Amino acid sequence: MKTKLTDLASVIRSKNSGPYELTMDIIFNDFDGFEKVRKAKVINEELVCRLYNIAPKDIVGIVEFEPAKAIKITIRRPLCSGNLGETDVYGAQQHAPLLDLEVDW
Amino acid sequence: MKEEFRILSATAILGYGFPVASFEEGMKRNPHLIAVDAGSTDPGPYYLGAGVSFTNRDAVKRDLELMIKAGVERGIPVVIGTAGGSGGEPHLQWNKEIIEEIAREQNLHFKLALIHAEIPREEVKKALKEGRIHALEPGVDGTGLTEEDIDATSRIVAQMGIDPFIAAFQGGAQVILAGRAYDPAVFSALAVAQGYDMGLATHLGKILECAAICATPGSGSDCMFGYIGDDYFRVEPLSPQRKCTTVSVAAHTLYEKTNPYILPGPGGHLDLTGTSFEQDTETTVKVRGSKFVPGKQYALKLEGAKRIGFRTVSIAGTRDPVMMSQIDNIIQGVKERVADNFSSKNWNYYLNFIVYGRDGVMGSLEPLRNQPKSHEFGIVIEAVADTQEQADAICASARSTMLHYGYQGRRATAGNLAFPYSPSDFHCGEVYVFSVYHLMDVEDPAAPFSIDYLQL
Repeated sequence: MKTKLTDLASVIRSKNSGPYELTMDIIFNDFDGFEKVRKAKVINEELVCRLYNIAPKDIVGIVEFEPAKAIKITIRRPLCSGNLGETDVYGAQQHAPLLDLEVDW
Repeated sequence: MKEEFRILSATAILGYGFPVASFEEGMKRNPHLIAVDAGSTDPGPYYLGAGVSFTNRDAVKRDLELMIKAGVERGIPVVIGTAGGSGGEPHLQWNKEIIEEIAREQNLHFKLALIHAEIPREEVKKALKEGRIHALEPGVDGTGLTEEDIDATSRIVAQMGIDPFIAAFQGGAQVILAGRAYDPAVFSALAVAQGYDMGLATHLGKILECAAICATPGSGSDCMFGYIGDDYFRVEPLSPQRKCTTVSVAAHTLYEKTNPYILPGPGGHLDLTGTSFEQDTETTVKVRGSKFVPGKQYALKLEGAKRIGFRTVSIAGTRDPVMMSQIDNIIQGVKERVADNFSSKNWNYYLNFIVYGRDGVMGSLEPLRNQPKSHEFGIVIEAVADTQEQADAICASARSTMLHYGYQGRRATAGNLAFPYSPSDFHCGEVYVFSVYHLMDVEDPAAPFSIDYLQL
């Protein structure tokens, strides 16, 4: 059975965490959805590499934060914020690949 | 049991505004402190390097007028951190003038403390020689700082912790205007000085620095109230439209952070592994268990930016599917023609094309780069060079070359680009990049930040 991540999570967002990192938060609608996704290890390194076209070394961390029923993905920015070649100084529009994600249970 | 320490946070960033009704609601709770964070590195390196505020002067003045008037009339300290958005010397002076203007116009008299946060390049070089400079891990190219990098940097600021604020309170300041500061310190310093727990005060400061963003519905332009008790703190929204829920407050702990459990700052880190969030009343949340863990060595975060040139951009679009299918070849061809055109000049320049509709937003992170679905592309032609005139020349040459570039299969021989504006090219002025983003070990956490007092 397939479920869209957007049906499970009320917040999917990205932002700089300092000028060298980009962090994505997935905050679930309820603890049930959070637990299911966590147990199934849906948000994993391989997925993040595929969604963002990056190598595993560019992943800083994938952290589950239970009090907020959230999973956080942090990756290295391809460029330090504002360097030549920048496309998103605040890093606020890098979440979109997660919106298309379908969870296959 | 000690009385709760009460803090009114005015807004997420000074100048973003707040409803007067919320502020008055906060004043009814008799705060011990009115505070606001004024800064962020989010808008990028330009504002730090150029010494310019990213917030609007009139908006900053409006917010400060309400805060300072209320604070001075009732003898409640008012604290502003990271003046002018970046907290360098020009930012501090810019904000100081606004405060002087308010004092004059409102006939207010008080003692103002200015805490400086710019670190002279010589000091940073000395620290580098003494092995007191460290990379912030993990950073992409945050390592390997050299003396040349420091010399090339236009401005370096250090993020102050609570100590300079405590010194200014002890100096009798009614209003404290600080340069670059660790955001939570603005809120936590006075509470810590009065014996409240550093972990709780810092965690509360982390939440209050974004004011009502931690409520639901969240807002970057509304007030928030915090209370610190012996072994807990509470947060309360001041607008009847908002609530704090355990999830809204916990979720804010994630915001703009790498790891929500370990939050490094000046002098140590905040450890939230034992933190609990409890619904206190319908609209307030109580938090317990947040701990501050001092580091072995007190380190300050340095931020610096250097100027690398001047930018000119041209904005255009294409609706031609043949052109769109060949966009990479066309860009490559235009770059070669421009390089050839200026080959005798020996100019040092950067020429870039951002293609919206393909990967303009995500760049190299874009997974759909090779499957664009758009029927049109937006194109930003960007030239950066050593002078504005050179950037103008490169941009103009790239623009006119692209406009008439003869690509394979072209039908539209009258022109390849749609320009929304005349003139088509725009001066963006100076271009800065972050050049220092490092830790500096210090013995005395207050010493690098000198304080001036002014009697207004």
